[in-house]
Amino acid sequence: MTERSKILLLIALVVCGVISYAIGHVHVPDDQGHAVTLIAKYSYFYDILLGIGISIILAAGLNLVNGYTGQFSLGHAGFMAVGAYGSSWLTLTFGYVLGASAFGTTTVFVAALIAGGIGAALAGLLVGVPSLRLRGDYLAIVTLGFNEIIKGVIQNAEPLGAQRGLGGMEQHTNFFWTFAFAAITIYVVLNLVGSTYGRGFLAVRDDEIAAEAMGINTTKYKVLAFVLAAFFAGIAGGLYAHFKQFIHPEGFNFLRSVDIVVMVILGGMGNTAGVVVAATLLTILPEFLRWFAKSDILNQAIGFLYQAMTPEHFAVASEKTKELFENRMILYSLLLIILMLTRPQGLFGNFTGKRNQRLQ
Amino acid sequence: MADKLLEFLQQLLNGLSQGSIYALIALGYTMVFGVLRFINFAHGDVFMLGAFAGFYIGPKTLALFGTGPSYPGAFAVLVVAMVLCAVIGIVIEKLCYRPLRERPKLTVLITAIGVSLFLENAGQFVFGANPQSFPELMVDRPLELPESWGKLSALTVTVSQVLTFGVTLLLLFLLRFIVLKTKMGMAMRALSFNPVAASLMGINNDVVISFTFGLGSALAGAAGILTSIQQPSIDPLMGVNAGLKAFVAAVLGGIGNLPGAALGGILIGVIEVLVVGYVSPTYRDAIVFGVLILILIFKPTGLLGTSEREKV
Repeated sequence: MTERSKILLLIALVVCGVISYAIGHVHVPDDQGHAVTLIAKYSYFYDILLGIGISIILAAGLNLVNGYTGQFSLGHAGFMAVGAYGSSWLTLTFGYVLGASAFGTTTVFVAALIAGGIGAALAGLLVGVPSLRLRGDYLAIVTLGFNEIIKGVIQNAEPLGAQRGLGGMEQHTNFFWTFAFAAITIYVVLNLVGSTYGRGFLAVRDDEIAAEAMGINTTKYKVLAFVLAAFFAGIAGGLYAHFKQFIHPEGFNFLRSVDIVVMVILGGMGNTAGVVVAATLLTILPEFLRWFAKSDILNQAIGFLYQAMTPEHFAVASEKTKELFENRMILYSLLLIILMLTRPQGLFGNFTGKRNQRLQ
Repeated sequence: MADKLLEFLQQLLNGLSQGSIYALIALGYTMVFGVLRFINFAHGDVFMLGAFAGFYIGPKTLALFGTGPSYPGAFAVLVVAMVLCAVIGIVIEKLCYRPLRERPKLTVLITAIGVSLFLENAGQFVFGANPQSFPELMVDRPLELPESWGKLSALTVTVSQVLTFGVTLLLLFLLRFIVLKTKMGMAMRALSFNPVAASLMGINNDVVISFTFGLGSALAGAAGILTSIQQPSIDPLMGVNAGLKAFVAAVLGGIGNLPGAALGGILIGVIEVLVVGYVSPTYRDAIVFGVLILILIFKPTGLLGTSEREKV
């Protein structure tokens, strides 16, 4: 397992490198016939692609806590904020200590990313140790509270731009770094879950009291899962900051945390492959809905539905329907409720479901 | 010195009226937790719906009581909003929580978050995302304090503040009466003590749970109207912060404990106003959550709660 997964990781990293090199160096003619790189020509899709990579890191990391360990953290965006602000501050302050060469700035960027991840992990430790003594609902609210507190501290921190947000980072995040870190995250999560630690996580989720009775240090496993998830959230935050080049405290609020939680739930808690698919789908979905709302398909559909309407009513109905499709949160929330009522194991099933079936 | 003391008293008064609103919402959290052992995340949004119920029915109801703002009219709006919210609460429980009663806690929690997000976003869609100004239900003015109070007469107390506090007290006593003196209240207490034994004693758990949701939601609706009379700007996301703070209040007082929720609400209101006045308005939310974390670490049962032994 480990040998094979190491080779797979290596292959994934090489593929990331090759794709990253290719889309940055292959030139294609644009509309005016000038030769531009693939990234420049399809910058819109490239942005979505990087967004997908970052979502995968966030969701796969959170899956360790919410999925495998069965705890409910609702403050993942807070750790993302720590990583984003930490790494941005570092690159803004020390960006050129190794010279202005691509090698120099990239080294600083990666070091800052990892430092941001470690900062987030420390924050995770700080949050996790007291709050993981709590269960279920309480943990959800406390992590949410920590999310607000981290946001509040940033809003009051002048060196981090306070309420104005922080900008001026260079766009270091590219295809390679995003997906290399996504691959590493998946590798770590999968290997960890297959190890003794993973058994500990699952034991805590399945029955905390029984696990404790069997001599498992449940607090240790819970904190470990939490700290690791926070580390990956920090990395994702750093990547996000050096991709958007501007970060604002409100970008890391409760709703951002909910986004990540929805990915984990939709994918099936404790199902990494499902979560990766869900992260991809849910990152594309808002863009798709935006496109759909603008496209003619919708108007034709409404036209068919509301033939009897007067033109004024039709205009209102059309506007409202567009608005409905552009507001992804209505859809997300309905998705959550319906999923919980009908398919709590997530869209893509879940191996514990199968195991339970076998037991029955 | 005296000025500073006066300012402090003023802050306390403002905190008291803000706190009574939190207390009303916190009671709903605590009651639902008492019977179902789960946190109804959507409760804060029922508070928002209460405010919007007042927004839509307010002018029409006022018109029944003559022209312009009036106290009976405001009272009628309050009652209608409470009834509407009670219905909404019961419907939410029936549709979303009842089918999940035997499922793991986490499933119910996620559903509750889903309901909350749905109400917020559907609210933004239906009511519009921008803040709207709440109709004037009654004439709000500062009370003239008697000269004989000396320096204290410089304090500003508005009619709405006094009313908020008064109505809250009234509702608290009403609630206390229902819970302690009526049959339904006895059933509620029995259910929160042991649901299985309660149903064996012939209590219809579904009815009691519906009633509890209705009662809690009615209180949230009342809070929605009272807060809109004081700060006549309402928006579909007003329930998020109020709901979270009321939840913190419920935990602070000891979740499941009714007087605790009222006490916690008042305390949170006062703490919040003092932080805004003396520290920094930007810390307003962070401090409240800080209180929550401290209480959960040092006294997880809350100020008035009793600990519950976990059974295997």
